[in-house]
Amino acid sequence: MRTEAIAHTSDPKEERVPGNSVELRLVFPCTQSNVRRALASIMSGLGAMNLCDDDSSSIELVLAEVLNNVTEHAYRDEGTGMIELHLKQTEAGLSCRVIDNGEGMPRNTPPQGIAPCPNRPLDQQPEGGFGWFLIRHLTSDLAYMRHANSNVLSFRIEVGQALPRN
Amino acid sequence: MQLDTAHYDGFMVVTLLEDRLDAAIALDFKDTMRDLTMDAPPRVILDMENVRFLDSSGLGAVIGAMKQLGPKRKLELAGLKPAVEKVFRLTRMDSIFVIHPNLAGALSGEPAANTGQAHAY
Repeated sequence: MRTEAIAHTSDPKEERVPGNSVELRLVFPCTQSNVRRALASIMSGLGAMNLCDDDSSSIELVLAEVLNNVTEHAYRDEGTGMIELHLKQTEAGLSCRVIDNGEGMPRNTPPQGIAPCPNRPLDQQPEGGFGWFLIRHLTSDLAYMRHANSNVLSFRIEVGQALPRN
Repeated sequence: MQLDTAHYDGFMVVTLLEDRLDAAIALDFKDTMRDLTMDAPPRVILDMENVRFLDSSGLGAVIGAMKQLGPKRKLELAGLKPAVEKVFRLTRMDSIFVIHPNLAGALSGEPAANTGQAHAY
């Protein structure tokens, strides 16, 4: 696994944030155990953002759901494909971009996720499908693009912790 | 998969000793729960005090563990950490389980003969 932490963005064309912003890039072979390791590495890399527990758990949850989807669906649990993850702190929260070379999403559209239905009888309760519901609930500006043989998914996770302003 | 079980009169407690219930262990968890609760009493209390992180696969496995108990037995949950409770709340699956703040609370309604052991937690 390769992790690069960039303390400060120097490209003037990039969205500028006051002070130091956190930026992370990870590339790793997509397996369930690597997803665990990647999440541990990301959450420690985001330590400098001083996230509150609630924001921190939302970020870990969304990234887990996205990475698990790539592992299980785009790469069909074969454990060979690479996944590339870019995270960047902005004034609006955490911008995320996830790139893989697996299969495209059905109908070129990220699923809506199932709306939970707690009133349904227990034996009819689904045991899956909550992942996309959670991703959509906890992110904004979600966009998906199939580009050549790659899937590019981008989204933003809003965080309550405002960046220090100079 | 690390689980502890304790048997009482009319209920059993399963304590999950993992700090993550996620896609990596969800299937294993559900299968292990099936084996452990095959002859379970009417109430099964799952103590999740040690679980710091739950994803949608883990949630699905907890729902699956409840379903495989059948209509005559119930899975109750105890000790949900905030990050775990959030997943249940956002998906509204908190309403299909009896959820106790902690294991002591779950056991407090039990006959006096059992509470001595319960307070050890």
